[in-house]
Amino acid sequence: MQVDLNERIPNNVGLADDRRLLRALERWQPAFLDWWRDLGPVGALQHDVYLRTAIGVDSDGWAHFDHVKMPDYRWGIFLAEPEAERRINFGIHKGEPAWQELPGEYRAELRRLIVIQGDTEPASVEQQRRLGLTAPSLYDLRNLYQVNVEEGRHLWAMVYLLHAFFGRDGREEAEELLARHAGDADKPRTLEAFNEPTDDWLSFFMYTFFQDRDGKFQLCALAESGFDPLSRTCRFMLTEEAHHMFVGESGVMRIVQRTCAKMREHDTDDVAPFGAVPLALLQKWINLHYSICLDLFGSENSTNAANYYAMGLKGRYHEMKFDDDHVLSDRTVTVPGIEGGKLVSQEVTALKAMNETLRESYMDDSQRGLNRFNKMIRSFDIDVELRLPHRAFHRNIGAFAGIRAAPDGTLIDEVTWAAKRDDWLPSAADRAFVESLMHPVSTPGAVAGWIAPPKRGIHGQPLDYRYVEFH
Amino acid sequence: MIDFRTHPDDYRHWRLAVDGAIATLALDVDEGGAIAGDYTLKLNSYDLGVDIELADAVQRLRFEHPLVRAVVLASGKDRVFCAGANISMLATSSHIDKVNFCKFTNETRNAIEDASANSGQRWMTAIAGTAAGGGYELALATDHILLVDDGSTAVSLPEVPLLAVLPGTGGLTRVVDKRCVRRDRADFFCTTGEGVRGRRALEWNLVDELVPRSRLDDAVAARAAALAEDSDRPAEAKGIALPPLARTVTDDGLAYAHVHVALDRARGTATLTVSAPDAPPPVEPDAIYAAGADFWPLALARELDDAILHLRFNEPALGTWILKTAGEADQVAAADAALAANAGDWLVREIALYLKRTLKRLDVSARSLVALIEPGSCFTGTLLELALAADRSFMLDGSFEDSNLPPATVRLTAMNTGPLPMANGLSRLASRFFGDDAALGNALDAVGDDLDAEAADALGLVTFAPDDIDWEDEVRIAIEARAAFSPDALSGMEASLRFAGPETLETKIFGRLSAWQNWIFQRPNTVGPDGALKLYGSGVQPTFDRNRV
Repeated sequence: MQVDLNERIPNNVGLADDRRLLRALERWQPAFLDWWRDLGPVGALQHDVYLRTAIGVDSDGWAHFDHVKMPDYRWGIFLAEPEAERRINFGIHKGEPAWQELPGEYRAELRRLIVIQGDTEPASVEQQRRLGLTAPSLYDLRNLYQVNVEEGRHLWAMVYLLHAFFGRDGREEAEELLARHAGDADKPRTLEAFNEPTDDWLSFFMYTFFQDRDGKFQLCALAESGFDPLSRTCRFMLTEEAHHMFVGESGVMRIVQRTCAKMREHDTDDVAPFGAVPLALLQKWINLHYSICLDLFGSENSTNAANYYAMGLKGRYHEMKFDDDHVLSDRTVTVPGIEGGKLVSQEVTALKAMNETLRESYMDDSQRGLNRFNKMIRSFDIDVELRLPHRAFHRNIGAFAGIRAAPDGTLIDEVTWAAKRDDWLPSAADRAFVESLMHPVSTPGAVAGWIAPPKRGIHGQPLDYRYVEFH
Repeated sequence: MIDFRTHPDDYRHWRLAVDGAIATLALDVDEGGAIAGDYTLKLNSYDLGVDIELADAVQRLRFEHPLVRAVVLASGKDRVFCAGANISMLATSSHIDKVNFCKFTNETRNAIEDASANSGQRWMTAIAGTAAGGGYELALATDHILLVDDGSTAVSLPEVPLLAVLPGTGGLTRVVDKRCVRRDRADFFCTTGEGVRGRRALEWNLVDELVPRSRLDDAVAARAAALAEDSDRPAEAKGIALPPLARTVTDDGLAYAHVHVALDRARGTATLTVSAPDAPPPVEPDAIYAAGADFWPLALARELDDAILHLRFNEPALGTWILKTAGEADQVAAADAALAANAGDWLVREIALYLKRTLKRLDVSARSLVALIEPGSCFTGTLLELALAADRSFMLDGSFEDSNLPPATVRLTAMNTGPLPMANGLSRLASRFFGDDAALGNALDAVGDDLDAEAADALGLVTFAPDDIDWEDEVRIAIEARAAFSPDALSGMEASLRFAGPETLETKIFGRLSAWQNWIFQRPNTVGPDGALKLYGSGVQPTFDRNRV
C-alpha cells in the first residue's frame, strides 16, 4: 500500500520516507476518491479528459498533458522550491528565520487558516458539479474539469499541511473537509459564499473571475507566511490559480465579444432574442459575484486578521512592496464604515485593518480586469461600460452588513431596495433566461452561440481537438 | 445609575416565546445596545445589560408562567450561539465593574440551575453556532445541551489561551464538578481556543446530544417535551404578574414598600430597614394568589433583591450594610406559617426559593454586614435570617432609657431550619453552629420561642448583647473600626468565614473560581499595558511575566 501510494502521488515532500504522512494518506486518499465519485463532476467518471498534471515543480514537470480519467488523475503534493535562509518578513517575528516546523504557540491560528482555505477548495468542485452537463464546447468542458481537478489538488495541498504538521487533530480536520458539503443543510461549507450552487456557465466564468481572484489574494497573503511549508505550498498553488482566473477572464471576455457582435449585427442593446447575453445582464452577474467576494475578505476591523499579521502567519498582498516597517504596531489607517446612516471613513489600527488592505488590493485588481472587458466593448464602438458596484452594495459581512445601498453607493431604505433589487441583481427571470441558453455542445470545434470561440486551443492543440472523449 | 428593573416589552437582547409547556428564550443581542461604554456587542456577546434581561426572564418564567415546564435557551442569530462576555467591555471595565459583573452573571446562572432543580422548570440549550466562553458557560448552567453536528459548530472555553483570564462564570467548575469531564480532558479543552465539536464533544460529555442541522428543531422539541414530562408544575394555574417595582431613589437613600435604605456616606454605611407586614398576611392559597406580587414575602424578596443589587453596583464606597427590622414579630411569623402551610403550592414554593436566592445574594455581597436588634424590631423567622447572615450582630439587652418599647426578642421559625439554605447547602443556623451539634440542637429546640437578649446570647444567635449604657459606643466603635480596615482584606476575610462546612458547586464558584479570577483580573499579565486582556484585538501580542506565583 505504501509503495503504491508513493508511486501514485507525485510529490516533492519525501513522501516515501514519511511514515506519518503515509499513514494519514492511506486513510484519507480512498475517502477523497469516494468523495470525488459522489460529489465531483456529475457523470464524468469515465470521460477521458485532456488534462495537465503536475508531476514536478520544475519547468519540465509542472505541465504534463495527457488524456486521463479524472478518478485516475495523479493528485500530487508540491511545495515551491525552498528559498535558502528564508526569514519572516513581517510581524513581531520579523527578521527571525522562517519556521520549518509548526510553532506551537500559533498552532490553533494556523490550523484555522489552513482549514478555512482548505474548505473552499472542495466546496468549489461541489458547487460546479453540474456544469459539465451544459458546457458550451469541448474546450470549455475540459477547462472546467482542469479547474476541478486542480481545486482537488489544492485540497490535497491543505490536507498535506494538516497531516504533516497537526497530528491527530489535523487528520480529523482533513476528514471534516470531506464531510462538509456545499449547500448541505446539515454540514455546510464554512463560508456562506461556498454553499451556493454554480449551475450556469455565466456564473462559472464570473466565479472563476471573481472568486478565484479572491483565492489568489488569500493565497498570496498566505504565501508571505512565516510558516515556511504553508508559504511554499501556497506559492505553488498560485501557478494553478492563475489558470483558473484565465478561464474566468477569457470566458467573460468571449461572452462580451459575442454580445457586442450581436449588438452591432442587430443594432440593439437587447440581444436576448438573438441568443446572446445582454450587457445589462452581465452587469447584474458582476454585481452579485463581486459583492459576495468582497464579503469573503471579512470585517474591516478584525482582531483575527490583526493577530494573523502580528504573529507572522498571514501577510499582505506583495508584502515587501509596502513601504513601511512591516510591523505596523503604531500605525493607523482609515477604513470605510457607516455612522449615523452615512458612509464615513473611520480610523483603525493598521493591524486591525488587514482584511481591508487585502480587499483593496483585490478591488484594484478586479477593476483592471473590468477595464479589459470595457476595452473589448469600445472596440465595437459601443458606449456601455461595465462597472464594479460600490463596496457598500449587497454586503453581508462587515460595516455594510446592516444597510442597503445602490450599486453607486447611495444609501437607500428597505422599500427602495425591494423595488430595485431585480434591476441590480439576477432576477428569477434573468436566471431562467441564462438557463435557457445552456445547452451542451459536444462536437469538436463547435461552440455555443452565446459565447465567442476561444482564440487558441490548449497546449498547441487545434480548436477542434477532442479535449474530452466520452465513454 | 444601573437599574435592574426591566420587562420583556423592553428587552433589547432577548426574545421570550411561550408555547404551552415549552418556553424558548432566544438570545439576539442588539449590537449597538451596550449598557454603557464604547463597545459593540458583536457575535451575540453580552454585557451587564444583556444579563439583567436574562435574570428578569428567568424570574418571570417562574412566576408569570406556571405552566412552563421546560425552557429552551437558543440563539436568535444564524451561525452563532453566543461568544460570551464582550471582551472590549471587560478590557475597558474597572476592576470593581468586572467583579460585580461576574458575580451577577454567576447568580443568574445559579438561578437557572435552581429553576431546573427545584422549580420543575427544566432548562436546556440548543447550540447551532459558536458557543464560546460565557456562551458555553450559559449552556453549562442548563440540564441538557444539544449541539448541532455540522462539522464546524464547537463549544469552547478559550479564556486562558486568548485572554489570559478564566472562564469565570462557572465554566471551569461546572465542566469537572457538574458534567464530570475528566480533568485531563478538561485541561485540554480549556486550553484549546477553537474548542471541541461533534463526536468528541459528546464523548467527553461536554454536551449531551448531537443532531444534524436539519433535524435541530425536531430534536429540540422532542427533548423539551421529554424534560417537561418530569416536571411537577401544575397542569392548570394562572401566573402572577410582576409589575414594575415601585421605589424612590434620593441622594441619601432609597425606599420601597417594605425596605428602606438610608445612606451615610460619611460613615460609609447603608442602613437597610425591613418592615414586617402591617396586617396579617393571607394564609389560604386563593388569597395568596389574589395578593400576588403584594404578598409580603414576595414583595420582600423583590425589594431586598433590588436593594442589594442597587447598593452593590451603585454605591461601592458604602462598605458596611447595617441590617435592621421594624414591626410586629407575629405578622412575620404568620407569613412564615403561610409559606410552611402551603409549601406544596407552586407559587409558594417559588416565593420561598426566591427568598433563598435573595438571601444568598446577601451572603456573597462583598460588604460587612452588621445586624442591629433593637426594641421595635422583628427578627423572626425569615427576617432573623438577616441577622444570621450578618458578620456580627448586636442585640440590645433591655430597653432604651427614653423609650417605652418593650425589649427586643428574636424568634426562630420553620424558615430558619432548612428552606433557606446558603450556598454550602446548609441553613444559616447549621452553618453558624457547624461542628457543634449540641449548640445547633439547642437552637432548634427553641423554635417558636420569643428569645430575649440574654437567651439569644446564651443560644449563640447573636454576637453581643450590650445594655443601653454600652450600646451606642459599642455599636459606633464596631462600625468605625470596621470602616478603618482595608476593604479588600475585609471582603476576603468575610467570604472565608461565612461559609463553614461543605463545598458545593456554588461555593467553589464564588470561592475558588471567583477568587482566582479576581486575582488574575489584577495581574499585569492580564490587565497590565502588555497584558493579554488589554491588548486583545489590537493585534499586538502580550508579553508575560514568566514567573509562576
